[in-house]
Amino acid sequence: MEEEAQSGVIKKFLYINRRAPHGTIYAHEALEVVLIGAAFEQDVSMAFLDDGVFQLKKDQNTDQISTKNFTKTFSALEMYDVEKLYVEKESLDERGISADDLAVDVKIISSDEMKQLITDSEVILNF
Amino acid sequence: MKFGILVNEGPYTHQASDSAYLFAKAAIDQGHEIYRIFFYHDGVNNGTRLATPPQDDRHIPNRWSELAKEHNLDLVLCVAAAQRRGMVDPDEMKRNKKDADNIADNFRISGLGQLIEAGIQADRLITFGD
Repeated sequence: MEEEAQSGVIKKFLYINRRAPHGTIYAHEALEVVLIGAAFEQDVSMAFLDDGVFQLKKDQNTDQISTKNFTKTFSALEMYDVEKLYVEKESLDERGISADDLAVDVKIISSDEMKQLITDSEVILNF
Repeated sequence: MKFGILVNEGPYTHQASDSAYLFAKAAIDQGHEIYRIFFYHDGVNNGTRLATPPQDDRHIPNRWSELAKEHNLDLVLCVAAAQRRGMVDPDEMKRNKKDADNIADNFRISGLGQLIEAGIQADRLITFGD
């Protein structure tokens, strides 16, 4: 269904996730973009900041809100060669979340490092 | 410059679609190229041909259709987002056995790969959303 770009151009893609996993569909549909985008063999990074850090919390259960628990998919990203996940330390601290609370391996970086990551990226998709 | 545009909100509730339209128009007026305009999330609702806004208000879907016709723009609704929200073109109508289609002229439905491709091919990908 999806045609791959044949141009051979590799760009630095950054998917920025700033919203809570549930309550709106943005996080869920953002992950769908990442999965489809993986077929294009680009240089992909994902960033989680603000309420977006809640997306990575382990043991989420959506049974009572009748939505799909798409957060399980984060554990499968490695199979899609999406391996660079960055989480902003300040956002974790503000919300009382520690690295142990997260479901996947991530690199925790400072707000300044996050700014640099954004500056260094070429295609930024903000969800 | 070659721009890709991503519209993430539907018409009327949010200003994002208006801003995207005005940006596209201004870019074209200044001689830039629009590689593609991709509609995602509730943004797919910009592609309905069934909207009837009050006479004294702007007609957002028609405005997109007309701009696309005039400048041969590629307006793409994400198929996954469109299916969730009931945006249907004649092909989708047949495939999903619906009794109607509702897509406006000069829009087409295609996959998310079209968004990634726009990111790769355009010099800048500009997002309009909240």
